Amino acid sequence: MNLLANSELPELCWFQDIDKSALALVGGKVSSLGELIHAGVRVPPGFALTTAGFQRFLREGGIERALFAPGADLDPEDIRALEERSLALRTMIESTPFSSELEDRIAEFYRKLSVICCLPATPVAVRSSATSEDLPGASFAGQQDTYLWIRGVDSLLSHIRRCMGSLFTARAIAYRARMGFAREQIAISVGVQKMANSYTAGVMFTLDPANGDRSVIAIDSNFGFGESVVSGEVTPDHFLVNKISLDVIERTISRKEICYTVDPHAQKSLAQDVPFERQTVQSILDEEVVELARMGKQIERQYGRPMDIEWAVDKDLPAGGNIFILQARPETVWSTKKAAVVEAPASALDHILQAMLTGRRVS
Amino acid sequence: MTKFPNPHDFKSIPGTEGWERMYPYQYRFVTDDPERKEYEEKTLWFNDALHYPEPLCPFDTIWDEAWYLALSQYNNRIFMVPPVRGVDHRIINGYVYISPVPVTDPKEIEARVPHFMERAGYYFKNWDALEEKWKQKMKNTIEEVAALRIPVLADMEDLSVVTDGVGESKGFHLLKAYDDLINLGLKCWQYHFEFLNLGYAAYVFFLDFVQKKFPSMPVQRVTQMISGIDVIMYQPDEELKKLARKAIELGIDPVVTFSKEWKEVEAALKKLPKGQQWLAELDSKRDPWFYVSTGTGWYHQDRCWNDAMNVPLSGITTYIQKIKQGANIDRPIAQVRAERDRITAEYRALMESDADRKTFDELLGTAKTVFPYVENHLFYVEHWFHSIFWNKVREVAAILQQHGIINEVEDVWYLRRDEIKQALWDVVTAWATGVKPRGSKTWPAEITWRKGVMQKFREWSAPPALGVAPEVIQEPFTIVLWGVTNKSLADWSSVQNSKDPGAITDLKGFAGSPGLVEGKARVCRTVDEVSELQEGEILVAPTTSPSWAPAFAKIKACVTDVGGVMSHAAIVCREYGMPAVVGTGHATKIIKSGMMLRVDGSTGAVTIAR
Repeated sequence: MNLLANSELPELCWFQDIDKSALALVGGKVSSLGELIHAGVRVPPGFALTTAGFQRFLREGGIERALFAPGADLDPEDIRALEERSLALRTMIESTPFSSELEDRIAEFYRKLSVICCLPATPVAVRSSATSEDLPGASFAGQQDTYLWIRGVDSLLSHIRRCMGSLFTARAIAYRARMGFAREQIAISVGVQKMANSYTAGVMFTLDPANGDRSVIAIDSNFGFGESVVSGEVTPDHFLVNKISLDVIERTISRKEICYTVDPHAQKSLAQDVPFERQTVQSILDEEVVELARMGKQIERQYGRPMDIEWAVDKDLPAGGNIFILQARPETVWSTKKAAVVEAPASALDHILQAMLTGRRVS
Repeated sequence: MTKFPNPHDFKSIPGTEGWERMYPYQYRFVTDDPERKEYEEKTLWFNDALHYPEPLCPFDTIWDEAWYLALSQYNNRIFMVPPVRGVDHRIINGYVYISPVPVTDPKEIEARVPHFMERAGYYFKNWDALEEKWKQKMKNTIEEVAALRIPVLADMEDLSVVTDGVGESKGFHLLKAYDDLINLGLKCWQYHFEFLNLGYAAYVFFLDFVQKKFPSMPVQRVTQMISGIDVIMYQPDEELKKLARKAIELGIDPVVTFSKEWKEVEAALKKLPKGQQWLAELDSKRDPWFYVSTGTGWYHQDRCWNDAMNVPLSGITTYIQKIKQGANIDRPIAQVRAERDRITAEYRALMESDADRKTFDELLGTAKTVFPYVENHLFYVEHWFHSIFWNKVREVAAILQQHGIINEVEDVWYLRRDEIKQALWDVVTAWATGVKPRGSKTWPAEITWRKGVMQKFREWSAPPALGVAPEVIQEPFTIVLWGVTNKSLADWSSVQNSKDPGAITDLKGFAGSPGLVEGKARVCRTVDEVSELQEGEILVAPTTSPSWAPAFAKIKACVTDVGGVMSHAAIVCREYGMPAVVGTGHATKIIKSGMMLRVDGSTGAVTIAR
């Protein structure tokens, strides 16, 4: 379905209805999830409040003018003033209620999601998804705002507002003031996604981060949620899988002292000590490593470039359907490196001669 | 700089003093020539355990000398390989140590380049035609050796010697036949290397190119790109499968399988018309396919199927049982080719530029051109020719035995080939003169002593390397065949130096064929022991050869002491899709039958559950 073809832009939509063309409507993070689903990759289900929904919230809350109007008088170098302004704007957004109609629609989507997941008031991750791809660097415009283990409609609504507020960090305000953005360009979308209740999670690169070798897939894993791996708090288990044959060619099992699990009362993740006898146990089965690599290969094919992927194995679901991709973005380190000087094609004999003259180092 | 033991520091094992006389004098490490001594100390010598896992019998030095000459001459005098000369050889305690000799002067290297391009270029360009010519030369040589008659010394020469005016005696003919036999062998080894240096170079630098693009790519994946090409090394095994089918078709399969003894089976078959038909079919395959050796063909003790018919019988029996169980015994050649094409296309697509893809295509094309030769020469030389050759030497030995020079035919291998020539002179002059040969007193005692020496050599543990390692190695054989790297040398020596072999739980080898399995080990030191294999066991062997092929229909993984990713075990396991770890160095010494093993053919690791 092409969402943009509709005369009226939807304010809410399911991930599976999103494709690349919806980038302006749902932002990079959410549209990339939609793209993964189209590539046949298993992604935890969810929906997005679109930029149209965001606009409607501003309009109905009557805060549009207050948010955007004054700003020209702001000195982009005055950090203190920027911080004050940021706080004021974010407070304004967070304290403005949704209209009851929009609130009902969000609640309806959330209820349906809970039905799909067979979990009443299913825990979700709420993430902002920025649309301004022209902003250099991903971090400061607020795209990084993520709230995990959100449960219940009220909590969901307030976290959606917090994500929207992340559009107005001090740095983002300063940047926009300096660049003179038109206010229509300033919009944000929020993704709401079922929390993967992961037994094991981590990251995967569709190349070898150590040497840029594109014929392998590198997977790092630890028990619990992926946070411990992403943040670098533990040395994860490390696997190299041959991309072409999908067999594990290297397997390093590390001592993993902590992992993240959910605190059932606080409804948030927290670091826990891994029991000593479990620390050196392989945190992901070989079969799962291979299955993940297969997914990684598929994702790379879809995007046509090496990818950096977050994944989880869900413990609520049976084996065979429990490996999920949480996020996928283009790999940047090796991909942006200038390709080595392209050597002219050589005849076999020329190549043999050159290689012979170089020899092979043994020490 | 990595240092290994100084080659001059080895003292003779007590009781073996004077062992050097068992081998040619130029094979000794020496201290009385300062220049040679210095060269020997500053060079890396590595133990050629790939070809000689056991110490060398004096006679068997023939093939070592043959390739010492042939490999070196093609590199250094014929194709003018720019940065390398030949490969130098030494022997310590019966173990062969070899060392590639580099060209050190950059000007000389440069001067050799145009010659190399012209000469190697000619061979690459005319490969197919030259290879055809080569096959003919080999067939002629094999025909010659098969037709060679070793004359028996009669008390009275035949009358025809007089009536035909021959003017030569059987004594002279014997000397000449022995010379002819040796010369045919040496000629065969000249041909052996005619294409091999270039073939390996094409092969190894294709590997190198691909691995430079994909550093983590296992060598086995590169070799897979060249799989599925028909080579005659598989033919003997194919013939066994055909014979198995034929036996079933004729309804005589119960007779073929009723005993493990060929003599009994043959006698029973002869009584049946259908059995005779099957035997005729079998006889038509024996030349050349049953000349395949039960070992590598390098040693006198490697008997061929024609001399050890129980071995092919065991293979046929296995195949009959498999067919009866409804199994498909065909090589999965279509699958192998489809997988090869998929892998090639995927790696090719991952290359960064079209220029790389073009070079890749060129190198892959060349590697595919050279591949059949690289495989097929083994059948012609090491199997077909050698099998006939060893038996001809046995005919000579029978004459020496008859004249009291040796006690048993199999004692002949304890003599150098030039000593045999001397002994033959002793025999023919004594025969002509009508006296007793002097050697009948001296040789039996010397041979008894040499047997003792060989036994002590076998118990000696040969260090993997001697001398000093260079920074780069350019010699193609050294790289591809022996896989010499610091890591491989260190891996070998760590096992070697382990104080308690009974406590070793991890063995490292080359990842020969991917996959991971666990199972029970079955150690088979020779192909004769293959019949003990049970379904689903893991075969642990010194090395395997085409005679072992039927074993692969039973096992679920294979571990070998010697061999690289192009060794027989690795190739066959890849075709069957089962894991193989090859070149572990010592698997048959450390692993015992019945042990539980975990074989990871993707990483080259073998774990023993103790």
